[in-house]
Amino acid sequence: MSDAYIYDAVRSPRGKGRPDGSLHEVTAVSLGKQMLNALKDRNGFEGHAVEDVIWGNATQAMEQGGCLARTTVLASDLHESIPGLSINRFCASGMEAVNLAANQVKGGAGEGYIAGGVEMMSRVPMGSDGAAVAVDPTVALDRYFVPQGISADIIATEYGITRDEADAFAVRSQQLAKKAWDEGRFEKSIVTVRDVNGLPILSYDEFIRPGTDMQALGALKPSFKDMGEVMPGFDKVARLKYPHLEKINHIHHAGNSSGIVDGSAAVLIGSKEFGEKWGLKPRARIRATAKIGTDPTIMLTGPVPATQKILGDAGMGIQDIDLFEVNEAFSSVVLRFVQAFDVDMDKLNVNGGAIAMGHPLGASGAIIIGTLLDELERSDKEVGLATLCVASGMGAATIIERV
Amino acid sequence: MADFTMEKGADGVAVITWDLPGKSMNVLTMQGAQELSDLIDDALADDAVKGVVITSGKDTMAGGMDLNVLQGMKQQGAEGVFEGVMTLHHLLRKIERAGMDPKTNKGGKPIAAAVPGTAMGIGLELPLACHRIFVADNPKAKLGLPEIQVGIFPGAGGTTRLVRKLGVMMAAPFLLQAKMSDPTAAKKAGIVDEVLADPVAAAKEWVLSGPAIVKPWDEKGYKMPGGAPYHPAGFQTFVGANAMINAETWGAFPAAKALLSAVYEGAQVPFDTALKIEARWFTSVIMNPSSGAMIRSLFLNKEALEKGANRPEAPDQRVKKLGVMGAGMMGAGIALVSAQAGMEVVLIDQKQEAADKGKAYTESYFDKGIKRGKATEEKKAEVLGRITATTDYDALKGCDLIIEAVFEDPGVKAEVTKNVEAVVGEDCIYASNTSTLPISDLAKASKRPEQFIGIHFFSPVEKMLLVEIIKGKETGSRAVAKALDYVRQIRKTPIVVNDARFFYANRCIIPYINEGVRMVGEGVEPALVDNAARMLGFPVGPLQLNDETSIDLGVKIAKATKAALGNAYDGGAADDVLFWLYDAGRLGRKSNAGYYDYDEKGKRLGIFEGIREKFGTRDTEQPEVDEVQDRLMFSQVLEAVRALEEGVLEDIREGDVGAILGWGFAPWSGGPFSWLDIIGADEAVKRCDRLTEKFGARFEAPKLLREMAEKGQTFYGRFGEQAKAA
Repeated sequence: MSDAYIYDAVRSPRGKGRPDGSLHEVTAVSLGKQMLNALKDRNGFEGHAVEDVIWGNATQAMEQGGCLARTTVLASDLHESIPGLSINRFCASGMEAVNLAANQVKGGAGEGYIAGGVEMMSRVPMGSDGAAVAVDPTVALDRYFVPQGISADIIATEYGITRDEADAFAVRSQQLAKKAWDEGRFEKSIVTVRDVNGLPILSYDEFIRPGTDMQALGALKPSFKDMGEVMPGFDKVARLKYPHLEKINHIHHAGNSSGIVDGSAAVLIGSKEFGEKWGLKPRARIRATAKIGTDPTIMLTGPVPATQKILGDAGMGIQDIDLFEVNEAFSSVVLRFVQAFDVDMDKLNVNGGAIAMGHPLGASGAIIIGTLLDELERSDKEVGLATLCVASGMGAATIIERV
Repeated sequence: MADFTMEKGADGVAVITWDLPGKSMNVLTMQGAQELSDLIDDALADDAVKGVVITSGKDTMAGGMDLNVLQGMKQQGAEGVFEGVMTLHHLLRKIERAGMDPKTNKGGKPIAAAVPGTAMGIGLELPLACHRIFVADNPKAKLGLPEIQVGIFPGAGGTTRLVRKLGVMMAAPFLLQAKMSDPTAAKKAGIVDEVLADPVAAAKEWVLSGPAIVKPWDEKGYKMPGGAPYHPAGFQTFVGANAMINAETWGAFPAAKALLSAVYEGAQVPFDTALKIEARWFTSVIMNPSSGAMIRSLFLNKEALEKGANRPEAPDQRVKKLGVMGAGMMGAGIALVSAQAGMEVVLIDQKQEAADKGKAYTESYFDKGIKRGKATEEKKAEVLGRITATTDYDALKGCDLIIEAVFEDPGVKAEVTKNVEAVVGEDCIYASNTSTLPISDLAKASKRPEQFIGIHFFSPVEKMLLVEIIKGKETGSRAVAKALDYVRQIRKTPIVVNDARFFYANRCIIPYINEGVRMVGEGVEPALVDNAARMLGFPVGPLQLNDETSIDLGVKIAKATKAALGNAYDGGAADDVLFWLYDAGRLGRKSNAGYYDYDEKGKRLGIFEGIREKFGTRDTEQPEVDEVQDRLMFSQVLEAVRALEEGVLEDIREGDVGAILGWGFAPWSGGPFSWLDIIGADEAVKRCDRLTEKFGARFEAPKLLREMAEKGQTFYGRFGEQAKAA
């Protein structure tokens, strides 16, 4: 088996996922195309150089439907001989694209891949593609479906994570993200989004609120309390799966949960030969990949078993990891991860995360891999682990090491 | 004689009349369905017929499906049920399409339903398939789909039609909660079209008026009110509907789940396909042992017991004048329900004000009813007029039944017995409403022990449906007949048991509570204990129940049981909890403090944190919910089996019906014996062995159960003969 390497990673800045967000005017095709073209331009390979584009997206409806991967390839400077594969593992779609590409390369099915994803949450709102898991009684009833916010609050209740802890973590995310931008730590990867004329539309993560403090967050009402306790009463559904919990502690709100944003990211992956052919230097080796399924009701605890699995598969221990990127879908998700592995906070999400900068579902997995790689290089560390919680009770993880 | 007959009028209207010979209410049989089908064919083919009116020859439309038909289909397996149900769909769909061209919707004959009164189940599903529903203006008529109450759901198109007519949100109370409506309310809800004095005349006029008859769902571009599942609004509705069904049923009722699946899947396809899907899910519910058990206990056997299945031969024993001794909560409730049933009631207490207070209970009961528009001043005056509240024993003269509900003290009770017998006639039957004292012992105070019996009510009397009749050693058959006829008068369900410690219901309830309390003492999270019970379908968990019945009563029972059993007594961790709460003055709801905290108004807030501290809940590894549930289930069902083994219970039907009505035993299971039949005696014994090994001898499988496991028997197989005989 050959090794799979990351040769480059780019991402768009993240725009607020609302009609007044800067990227709302940009199509999913255009944003994705700009990422593909940026990789091609920066690395100087030809349009037919890669085997496929594996493209993550969590809401494959409307402009994101109809095999967005292929559509994006056709809109880009890549050659029409590159097919394009749209995939959906919800929030880990971008990571799964990278992992699939890496494993294709390892297995010898092609030398080079582009993997990444896009999510235009302001244009194709979450849920636009329907979801049987929430409405089909054979699943929703028997597997005790609750929305993610309720799941995040179940985690907080089950693992004793308090509102203050969650808020403090959110403040940290904002401060670290601000610092990272101030110090130019994302510069290597950020691709300014432009219009048809090349005029800039957005060049920074506009979702960040650097002034956020405990007092401001303390004033926010919990977002999921009403749907949990009143209509339609999801806490009672949660209780069927977690009957030892007398009451769900609703700690999450807009300020300590990930932001709804538009964004995209792409990673160039290839074999050693791919790099040699195009004169590229590998930045990191993809050492291991993992995906797991777990209880769909608590839903978002996946990073813990995914990490256990990937460490086991790679023959590593938690102490072997120099840096962690754990997607900040909700504060409790990350704090539970920290609790489970007793992780040193100095190693985790050191440049902030999705609470501060936003979580474009289908892109985030590729974004955090790029961020992890940049930080390993900047701080001159070796091994990094990225992981995400995933809707419907899944988890994914990737371990990279610099070469 | 046919169930359906047709008369073709000179005006061109064919009137089809449903009139089951020899029955007071129509039910649909397969033969009836065939007759109706033939008549519809005839009417549609006959050029002289311009339209059809379907009505009933009785003052009601119909009570529903003949449940024996369902049992019959079930004999032939899933295929038999599915095909049988599809036959009904074809018939009703034939009525609904009425000969219209399938493509153009042209042609066809109007078919109206003229509903004279109550229409339930298929009695409403048939009208729903007609083009317009006319209902007699009869406020006493009940219209609705009660199927969910016996563990099934409306399976003759009622589910699919009502959802398409009203939308999921509006149809939900009628389908999921079996909401009954009078004709006016049914019209307001959009279920029926017209409410008037003469529905047949109005229906005839309507069919001759050349009306539009295409159902909305057969029109092009039909959209479900409120949206189908993948319409944005519909999506939210279905998310909510799933959550609410889980939340409200605690996931314990298979029929509700199947119903929602039929609705969800049916909403995404054309109407005829939706009916097929409805039939598939309906079949799955019929084939689920839960529905058979529920129908058996909650419909067939409940009715059989109410009609006197175990009544000894004796002349009519209906009560004319009742004496109630003691005007406390139970006495007052007994007076209320008896006066409501038309009996003359003498309510006696030691002090006049106590007797008056007991009578005032009836007054406030009616005042509440009047406020809600469910009762009238006249009715109140009439019922109050039947109750005499007094201290004077002479007023008891002429009573043919006495129910004693005084303080639970043998001495006090004996005194009352003597004083009453001194004034009443020799024929008078004397009943004690004791819940704890053996009837045979109390009967010793009586001159006529063969006329002495136990009639054990549950609290609150006016709400609880079960009455437990207890035969003492010397109780004669006329006393039993008297008690049964009385219970029938007050329209409750009786079970008849023999005299033994705690009779039947309390005998099972007490170990259920104790097992829950014991777990708390072991450090099991209290919420887990009560939630596990709710997930089994119990209306309240053991801890909440103990708060209701009170901790001091628990302590009293524990002490008495200890005294009675001596060394065999196994109080264990349960007593630690009980006595600790008792010593802390946390006596349950009545002291606004027990396992739960309550606010000043008595609203339950949450588990008392002190319990977790005292019993180390947080440091205890929590058991799986299945294990908690098995402990709670077996603590009860093994008592039921022992009661049968010891002859306290003579009829398993009474054991099952009594458990569901008496303390809300997992209704989906059909009762303790039905539940054991569902899991199988063999499996039950295995679980008993595991529980015994882990938790002690109280879980040892009774000899009877072990024997049945060895022989591969079921309770209804082995004891069903006796059940059938009646």
